Parts: sequence; C-alpha cells; structure tokens
Amino acid sequence: MARFHLPCALKITGIMPENATTKTFSLAGRLTADPGQFVMAWLPGFEDKPFSLAGADPISLTVAAVGPFSRAMHRLEMGDNLWVRGPLGRGYHLPGDPAHLLLIGGGYGVAPLLFLARRGVAAGHRVSMIIGARSSADLLLAPAFEALGSRVWLTTEDGSAGQRGRVTDAISRVLAEASPRPSHMYACGPTGMLRAVAAQEAAATMSLQLAWEAHMRCGVGLCGSCEVGQGWLTCLDGPVFQADPVVVPPA
Amino acid sequence: MNNPFLECEFLDFSLRTPLVLASGIIGTSATLMVRAAQNGAGMVTAKSCGPGPREGHPNPVVVDFEGGLLNAIGLTNPGAEAEAGLLTETRQQLRPLHVPLIASIFAGTVAEFAQVARVVASSEPDLIEVNISCPNVGDEFGTPFAGTCDSAAAVTAAVKGAVAGPIAVKLAPNVPDIARIAAAVVEAGADAITAINTMPGMAIEPVSGRPILSNRVGGISGPALKPIALRCVYEIAQAVPAPIIGTGGVCTGQDAAEMLMAGASVVGVGSAIYYRGVSALGQIAQELAEFMEAQGLSTISQLRGRSHRQER
Repeated sequence: MARFHLPCALKITGIMPENATTKTFSLAGRLTADPGQFVMAWLPGFEDKPFSLAGADPISLTVAAVGPFSRAMHRLEMGDNLWVRGPLGRGYHLPGDPAHLLLIGGGYGVAPLLFLARRGVAAGHRVSMIIGARSSADLLLAPAFEALGSRVWLTTEDGSAGQRGRVTDAISRVLAEASPRPSHMYACGPTGMLRAVAAQEAAATMSLQLAWEAHMRCGVGLCGSCEVGQGWLTCLDGPVFQADPVVVPPA
Repeated sequence: MNNPFLECEFLDFSLRTPLVLASGIIGTSATLMVRAAQNGAGMVTAKSCGPGPREGHPNPVVVDFEGGLLNAIGLTNPGAEAEAGLLTETRQQLRPLHVPLIASIFAGTVAEFAQVARVVASSEPDLIEVNISCPNVGDEFGTPFAGTCDSAAAVTAAVKGAVAGPIAVKLAPNVPDIARIAAAVVEAGADAITAINTMPGMAIEPVSGRPILSNRVGGISGPALKPIALRCVYEIAQAVPAPIIGTGGVCTGQDAAEMLMAGASVVGVGSAIYYRGVSALGQIAQELAEFMEAQGLSTISQLRGRSHRQER
C-alpha cells in the first residue's frame, strides 16, 4: 500500500491552471487512496494544510490561492518539491453494482469529485455532475467531467453560466430529467451547501455521502480541533459522512 | 463496556475498566470525552489548561515517524476559567456512565499552579492531574518542574494546599532518577502519580534539512515510548506506595497488561487513538479481558505489580 507517514518530498510534474485562482498540481508519486480522502501538504517554513485528493496516481491536488500556504504553492514551478503525507481520513464508497451516481460539487469541492467520477466510470457506473459556483469565473473542471462522458449541470449564483441559483436548486430538476434516476448522491463543498443537500427531500430516498469541512490541525485524530456534531472527528471519522453528522450520528 | 474482569478500584473510585483517556488526546469537549467513555475508558482526562487561553503552535504539530508519534501541539487551551465550564458540563455528562473526570493543569510558576488548580477545582473534577512535564513549551515556561525533586515537590505542595480533592502529578521520563522525583511528590502530598509524559524528540525532513514540527522539537509517544514508560512505572512502583496511572505507548490489551504488571494501578491510553481510532479504548479493554481469561486471571489486582513478584 502506497502511503506516506512522514512528509515526503515529491517533484511537481504538472501545473494546470483551472481558473483565475485555482491550479491543479500533479506530483511524481502515487498513493493507495479512496476519493474523498485527504493529504497534508507542506512547504518547509509554512503550516501544513489538508487537501482532498484530486487524483492518487499520480497524486494531484487542485488548490485555490487563498492563504499564505496556497499562495506559496501557486509560486512553485515544474520540478520544485511539494511535501505530502497521507492519505488520511475515510473517503467515499462506490456501490458494488453498476448504478447512476449524482455528484454535487460547490466551489473547490469539485476537485475530489473528479477523482470519484474517474473511479466511478472505471467501475462501470454512470456519473452525472452538478457544479455550482458564485459566477462563471469560479466554475471548476466542467470540461474534465464532460471528457469522462458525464452529463454536467452548471449553477451560478449570479446566473452568468448555467442555471441561476445554487446546486440545490438543480437537484430536483436533475433527478426528474436523468434516466435512470440516480440512486446515489455524493457531495463536496462548503458546510452550508452540504446541509442544504442533506435536507433535500430526495436525499431521504437515496444513498448519501458528504465530504465535510472543518478546521484541522493534527489531521490524525488527537487534537480535537476538527470535532463536528456530538464528538465526531472530521479527520478520522470523516471527512466523508453518510449524512450531516450534526443531525445523524455516524454509524 | 461492562466486563467484570475489568472492574477495578483506583483511589476512592470504582472503575468499569482500568483504561484512562490520557491528557491531550481528544479531551477538548464534553462530547468527545463522553465518546471516549462510551468506548471503554474507565476514567477520562481533559486536555491540560493553564492560566489563560493559548492557541498552541502552528502546524505541523504531529509527525508519525513510524516508531511512534512526535507531537508539539503547544498546550492549546481556553484558559482555566473557560475550562472550568467545560469540566462542569463534562462531569455532568459522564456521571450517568460512572466514569470519573480528571482535570489537567499546567502553569508557569508555583503560585500560578495553585491559582489554576483553585479555578479548576470549582468545577469539582474527580481528580486533578498536575502536568509539570509538558516538553513542548520550554521557551515560555523554562525547564519543566518535573526536572528536580525540589521543583516537583514545590508545585505538588502548592496545588495540594489549594484544593480539597485528590491530585495526581504527571512526571517526565527524561530525568536521571524518576523514582526519587516520585518519592518527593508523594512526600509533598500527591495522592497518585501519572507516569509518564512524552519523551522529548525531533524529526528532520532530510530533503529540506528542516525540523518537521514548527516547534522544532516535540514529545515522543506511541510504541517507541512503551519500554521507557514500563521502566519508569516499574521503578516508581518500587519506590512509592501511591497508585500510578501508567501511560506511554499502550496500544493493545497486552500492552495494558504489561503496564499493570510493571506496577500501574490503571493505564493511560493516548496515541492508540491515532493507530486504531476512538474505538481503540474498547478494543484494548476487550483484548485485556481476553488476555486475562487466557492466562487464568480474573481480576485487575492479580495483574498489578506482577513483574515485581517474579523471582529471577
């Protein structure tokens, strides 16, 4: 099993701009990992930070420049080192039999769902994708999902691309239009979006998996920083939960 | 977790299991401590609190160096006043589970230790653990008080004089003679000893040449700490009659049995939660009961100090 306990220096082999603030970094290394699992990425002199895997072979991370660490990452060039440890946490599970999967990504939450979609398509599942963002400039990775043969629905809050509104505004329409009706729903995005997805009437009748976000420090279940709900650790019990862990205690 | 094999006494408490959630491990909220209790902890220890709030060190704060873990969280805590509220809530939630709550305190001076103890005692924890041995804040707090008999005894006496309930003093492994320190704190009024805190260590990332932890150095826990802890507990048990919370690298039921045999009355569990998840407590308890059954032992007291009774 390919896993890095210690931060491992990996050369950057690819840098792909995804939009004005986001790049996908490919690294010279692979991990045995499930989509939804995360790694702690590190640059000496900076804090290490959790990132969901956008791919495991090769390791790839889709990162928006939003803080000191991610801005430093955006200054890296091909051949530079990025340090990675992981994979950590529990990821998404795919159904055993071929099914129609509905993936819902908000903002940067789209990245791990591309990893999930690739795995899903390779395993014979049909994959439909809802991508939501504030505006067309913030949309991520839609062509990559289309290249997999997935049907993609877009929503933007300002209506500059796709349906105006939020991802939840598209769910009932997609469920009505998509044939066969999707049986499994996977979501990744801001906490408010996940809560709204879990509260959808349709979610009650479908298998649901949500990748939760929380403030992480140690990343390995000891410090308690990422507690969510009644004593659940996002880094160890999650980040993927079967429901809103605040409302429904994980099994 | 109700197994008659595992029921035992510690100070005035009747415990369901001899396992204690160690300080600094998920002891940050009532809900997490209740979860530890539901999973098999006989007692739970809250994360150490000091006089005022502390954010702790920046990331990275933990390294898995394969022989164990190295951490320098940096005593993240909300301060004694806020901690007292958390302890009150936690104790109320633990009461129906019959799991005693241990508060943990640290401070920078002897007088501050007494002051923090008084604030924390207002929440009526079942036991106060006096952390005189955190290795990760040396720049701010000087040499840990656990380093000499005099400083360890001075803190112990000050805390004991400040509170009515029982206290345990948590000792450091990196001293020339831990048994002498233990004797000094018991002489100064400690009701129990917690042994041991983590062992100072370092991890360097070879490609960059940098220490991995932002604090540069940290405390070693997990499997690498176990033989050190067994030796310390063994020597303390020879020197003092006070009960010992034996802590360091216990990850399996057999590890727990060994710690009891070295002379511990109960067994702290910390890093095992990294290796096995929060259910580690229940798994260790189950394994300990199975080990006892296989060995024809039916009470924890038969394990306690067993290594001291073996002839060469």
